[in-house]
Amino acid sequence: MNPIRLAFLLFVAMPLARLFTGADVVDRQRLPAKGPAIIAANHNSHVDTLLLLTIFPLAALGRLRPVAAADYFLKGPMIGWFSRRIIGIVPIVRGGPAAGTNEDVLAPAREALARGDIIIIFPEGTRGDASDAMGRLKAGVARLAEAFPQAPVIPVWLEGAGRVLPKGTLVPVPMNCTVLVGEPLAWCGERTAFIDRLRAALLDLKAKAPPQHWIEDEDPKAA
Amino acid sequence: MTSPITLPLPAAWHVPPAAPAVIWGLGVVLAILSLGALAAALLPVVRPGKDYTNLRQRVNSWWVMIALLATALLLGWQATTALFAVISFIALREFLSLAPSRREDRLIILAAYLVIPINYAFVALDQYGVYLVFIPVYCFMVAPFLMACVGQTQAYLARAATLHWGLVTCVYSLGFAAFLMKTPLTERLPAGPAGMVFLLLFVTELNDVAQYVWGKLFGRRKITPKVSPNKTWEGFLGGWATTAAVIWFLGPYLAPLAGWGRFWMAFALPLAGFAGDVTMSAVKRDIGVKDTSALIPGHGGMLDRADSLTFTAPLYFHLLAFFALERF
Repeated sequence: MNPIRLAFLLFVAMPLARLFTGADVVDRQRLPAKGPAIIAANHNSHVDTLLLLTIFPLAALGRLRPVAAADYFLKGPMIGWFSRRIIGIVPIVRGGPAAGTNEDVLAPAREALARGDIIIIFPEGTRGDASDAMGRLKAGVARLAEAFPQAPVIPVWLEGAGRVLPKGTLVPVPMNCTVLVGEPLAWCGERTAFIDRLRAALLDLKAKAPPQHWIEDEDPKAA
Repeated sequence: MTSPITLPLPAAWHVPPAAPAVIWGLGVVLAILSLGALAAALLPVVRPGKDYTNLRQRVNSWWVMIALLATALLLGWQATTALFAVISFIALREFLSLAPSRREDRLIILAAYLVIPINYAFVALDQYGVYLVFIPVYCFMVAPFLMACVGQTQAYLARAATLHWGLVTCVYSLGFAAFLMKTPLTERLPAGPAGMVFLLLFVTELNDVAQYVWGKLFGRRKITPKVSPNKTWEGFLGGWATTAAVIWFLGPYLAPLAGWGRFWMAFALPLAGFAGDVTMSAVKRDIGVKDTSALIPGHGGMLDRADSLTFTAPLYFHLLAFFALERF
C-alpha cells in the first residue's frame, strides 16, 4: 500500500473522523477484512467517505476503494492525484451520452473487485440534502453484485454525517455520527429485487439509528 | 510521612510533587480495579454460561480512564484543565448531536464549541469571578440573541433552553473540577489541589458503583420507575451510606474537610451524584436513547460516565469554597 496513503488514513483521516464525528460504529464485526466485497451506504456528505475509510481493520485499509464520480473527483491534476493516490477512488463516469454504455461505466469497479478490493459505493449516485431521506438507488450496485455473486454486499447506514458537512458548505461542525453495519446481502438473481432488498436493509438500519438528525426531518410516521 | 514523589520531566515544566495521600489513593484505586479485572477473568471459569463481555469491557475502559485522569492530576493544573476541556467537548458534542435542533442551528452549535476554550481559559488565567458569570449570564444572553439573528423562531424557547442546558452541564459544571486545581498552595490542604480533585472523582464514581452493587444485591423497591426503572431505594440508600462513610472517614486525608464542612460533604455529595444520574436519565429518555454514544466500551458515552459528575463537581467546589478555601 502507498505509504503516503497509509499515513494519511492513520494520522489525518482517523483523528479528523474522531474529532468531527465521534466515529461510533454499531456491529463493526460485520465489516469485511478482505475483498472482494461491496459496501453500499447512503450518501449526504464528503464525511461519509472519510468515516468509511477509517473504521475498517488495519489489514483492510489497502483494499478500500470508494467509487466516486470522475467529473467531480478528477477535474483537476491536484484533486485527481489526491483522489486516486490518497483516497484510492475507483472513478465512475456519471450520466449523459458521453458516458457510453452502463457496462463500460462500471468496468473500473469490476476490475477492483476482480483484484479482491473492497469497494465502497453510494447507490444514490450523489450526495443527498442531509434530510436523511434516501434517494432512489441506482442499479449499478446490483450489476456489480450480479457480476461478483461471491462478493457480499454490506448495507451501511451513516447517521448524522450530513450535519457535519452538508453539501454546499465549507465549514465542518463537529457532531456525533453513527455508522450502522447491516448483515451481508447475497446476490438473489434479479436486479430489481436486489435493489429492493438493499433499500429495505438500509431503511432497517436507519430505524435503529440514534436520532442524530435535524428535528424537522423527523419522520412523522415513525414518531 | 514519606518524602513526596516526583515524575521525571524537563526542568522547565514545573510538576508539583504528589502528596502521599494521592499516591495511596491511586494505589487503592488500582487495587480495586485489579480485583475487578481478576473477577472478569475468573467469573467465566468459575460460573460459565453467562456473557461477561460487558464486565470485561467496563474494567478495560476503567484502566484507560484512570490512567488518563491520574496522569493529568499528577502533571498538575495545566494537564488537568486540558483534559477537562476535552471531556467537556466530547460531552457537549454528544449532547448537541442528540438534542433536538434544526438546520439553522448549525453555526450556533459551532459557536457553542467555542465557549469551551474560553471557559477553560478563565480557569487557566485564574479569573474566578469572570468564570462564574461567563456561561450562566453572558452565554445565556448571547446564544439566544444569535439564534434570534438567524431568524428562525420555531420552537425557539425550547432550542435556546436546550443549548443552555448543554453548556451549563457539560462545560460550566465540569469546569469546576479543573478550577480546584488552581487552589493556591498557600492554603492548608492535606494533599494539595490534586488530592481534592482526586477525592471528588473517586467518591463520585464510587457512589455510582456502590448504588449499582447495593441495588443488585438487595434492590426491591423502585425509586424512579418512570425514568430509571433499574434504580431502587435499596441501591440509593446503600450507595448514599457507603459514599458518605468514605467521605467522612477518608475525605479529611485528601481535602480540607472538618466540622460542618465534613458533615455536609458526606451528607450532600452522594445525593448530588444520584440527582445527576437521574436527571441525565430523564434527558436520555426524552431523546429516546439508552446511551449518549459508544465512546467508552461497556459504559456508553462520555455523558453516561460523567452524568453524576456534572452535579457533584459544582457542589463539591462550593462546599469547599464555603467551608475551607479562602481563594474562592
